[in-house]
Amino acid sequence: MAIAPEKIEVPAGSGAAHDDNFHNPPEKPSAQFHHDADEKTADLRHRELIQSALGKYYVARAGKQSKFQNWGAARQTAAEVKWEAVGHLDQYLREFEEKITARGTKVFWASTEEEARDYIVGVIKDAGARRIIKSKTMTGEEIHLNAALEKEGFEVAESDLGEYIVQLREEAPYHFVFPAMHLSRGEISDLFREKLGTAATDSPEELTMIAREVMREKYIAADVGISGGNFAIAETGMISITENEGNARLSVSLPKIHIAIMGIEKVLPKMSDLALFLPMLATAGAGQALTGYNTLLGGPKQEGEIDGPQEFHVVLLDNGRTKLLADPEQRDALSCIRCGACLNVCPIFKNVGGHTYGTTYQGPIGSVITPHFKEMQTWKHLSSASSLCGACTETCPVKIDLAHHLLQNRRNAATQKPVWWEKWAMKGFAWFMNQPRLYRLALKLAPLAQAFHPLVKGRRLDPLYVWTAGREFPKVKRETFKDFWAKRGNLG
Amino acid sequence: MPTPTSSREAILSAIRRALAVPAPKPGHHAGESEPQQEPQFENTFSILGQEAATSQKRTWLPPVGESWDEWADLFAANSLDLKTQWILCADEADLKTQLEKLKSENGWKKIGLHRGELTDLAAETLGLENLYVDGGYDAHELEKCDAGITQCDALVAQTGSILSTNKSAGGRVLSILPPHHVVIARREQLLPDLPAAFELMQQKYGDKYPSLMGFITGPSRTGDIERILVLGAHGPKKLTILCV
Ligand code: SF4
Repeated sequence: MAIAPEKIEVPAGSGAAHDDNFHNPPEKPSAQFHHDADEKTADLRHRELIQSALGKYYVARAGKQSKFQNWGAARQTAAEVKWEAVGHLDQYLREFEEKITARGTKVFWASTEEEARDYIVGVIKDAGARRIIKSKTMTGEEIHLNAALEKEGFEVAESDLGEYIVQLREEAPYHFVFPAMHLSRGEISDLFREKLGTAATDSPEELTMIAREVMREKYIAADVGISGGNFAIAETGMISITENEGNARLSVSLPKIHIAIMGIEKVLPKMSDLALFLPMLATAGAGQALTGYNTLLGGPKQEGEIDGPQEFHVVLLDNGRTKLLADPEQRDALSCIRCGACLNVCPIFKNVGGHTYGTTYQGPIGSVITPHFKEMQTWKHLSSASSLCGACTETCPVKIDLAHHLLQNRRNAATQKPVWWEKWAMKGFAWFMNQPRLYRLALKLAPLAQAFHPLVKGRRLDPLYVWTAGREFPKVKRETFKDFWAKRGNLG
Repeated sequence: MPTPTSSREAILSAIRRALAVPAPKPGHHAGESEPQQEPQFENTFSILGQEAATSQKRTWLPPVGESWDEWADLFAANSLDLKTQWILCADEADLKTQLEKLKSENGWKKIGLHRGELTDLAAETLGLENLYVDGGYDAHELEKCDAGITQCDALVAQTGSILSTNKSAGGRVLSILPPHHVVIARREQLLPDLPAAFELMQQKYGDKYPSLMGFITGPSRTGDIERILVLGAHGPKKLTILCV
């Protein structure tokens, strides 16, 4: 959906509109957010779909998490392991590079998304390849890889079922773990009928089998497999991929070239750290003890091995991560393992939906990191998309204090570039609150003023317009709390 | 195309510059009034010795029990949950019976497999058309097999997972392309938990790791349509484990 400012960076003239919201013309991200949020919150069908999908997640997650003997200690440790990894990132990255290169892997460091795209396109061109099979990679979304590949005339197929569905719909993933959560089976059936010419069905099984059949041929025919990576293991020089469908396993095994793209923050010091991170990611992310396939890749096909790609490339992407690293207050946001749990519990996410964010990473974590990865002033509105309930902080398996970070973003945005009317409004408020008499008078007059409110309610003339457009203003009591307390004191 | 040294150096030096300012330990906020003490690593098993780290993790992860029988029960329970078919065979004769049964129930005509003690036994028992992957194979032909039969490195009771590598299980594709994956394992290959699985990998392979290692937990699955579970998304629709 709309990622307006990012769109400018996408190579122009690309046929596909993956990242574009083609229903709405590009607008300012904050305007787009407000517009889409209004629309989505009023969309009851959307709400029902999300509630039912997430309802299943809550039950599954609670069940699996309760099997842990000590989730709290596991969480603290996971946070500390990532803190150690991120705190010595240069050291661990170099170790990772050295080890994985020794097994015949090519490591490419990309400062920007352009560099990453150019490298990947270059590798594919050099090999004279044309057909690409992709397994889910959010880093790939972040660098708008599909648009760049399609512009070169390559044939790109997303193999993850959810990603395939949103690719056919020419829209961005709705949720970075559950990309097609916003669609009902009916909509998916219609989509398949229109794009693939298949018969209508309301069976999720049949729909899945349609995608399976389409993909099978593509795996075998593909020249290049592109994947993401959930963890990079410094100690042994491996990447770890977590998935359920087996599409990543096929994408990294059948084609003769495998390219993996990952953010530089994905490092873990030791292989055995995975004994904790794999089950925690599965539990927090999808309510599973372990996801279907957890695959460790330490190089291309080695001497004496039966199969596997001849070339294996790992692209390590910065693209703003070192900016976030430089902020010690929010550095721990780089510990994120992208489980998506903070989205699943967020009341804002559940109401406004994933596309409204207009970012690659939605929900609380997206609202925290996007202003760092991109630009604070353009994306600061996301920090206000929070009820400050703290559900995100509480659910995070690596203990990132997301609610706190959102507040810090608000503060940083205001310090960096104060908004004049906000400043004056705050000053005025502070002055007013320091005038007890005026305050009491206002309280006395409030019920009177409210009597006239219906005349302007919900219209632009209404000073409380934003609030009252969709809500009732509670009735102001004649007896204030102060009065009540004073009376009670006399009685006592 | 090599990395322009400039980008590599730029990233590494940006990291070093950024890290010159330390960050508070998890659970603390920057600017808290309490003195920032030196980080304590009592919980961070990354820098603990392997043994201490393993025993710590065991106290947090889901419990597994002490004896082999308990592990086997747990594996069976997890399999039920995952929709894995788990068959504990009494002996090799029973294994053969079970294989015959699988063959007739599923109407197997052609199977893919790799050379190995247990897989050879299976081939002999089944007497079907075999496609051995060891010397290379045609992916289209492998896809036409009714089942892929492999061995593995270990079974993990805690999660109901198979630990296998491209060395132990006939390459990267055999276990994933045919619609039915059948794993034959020895009883002594059943491990209690994930920490044990990682220990095994380290002991078994030292630093000569196969290029692909991984856990397979249940048949291929997806929940991408309304979070409703569907088996056989891209990989096998069925997973059978025969433990003998
Ligand atoms: S911030 Fe925490 S909860 Fe949110 S996706 Fe990252 S790891 Fe998961």
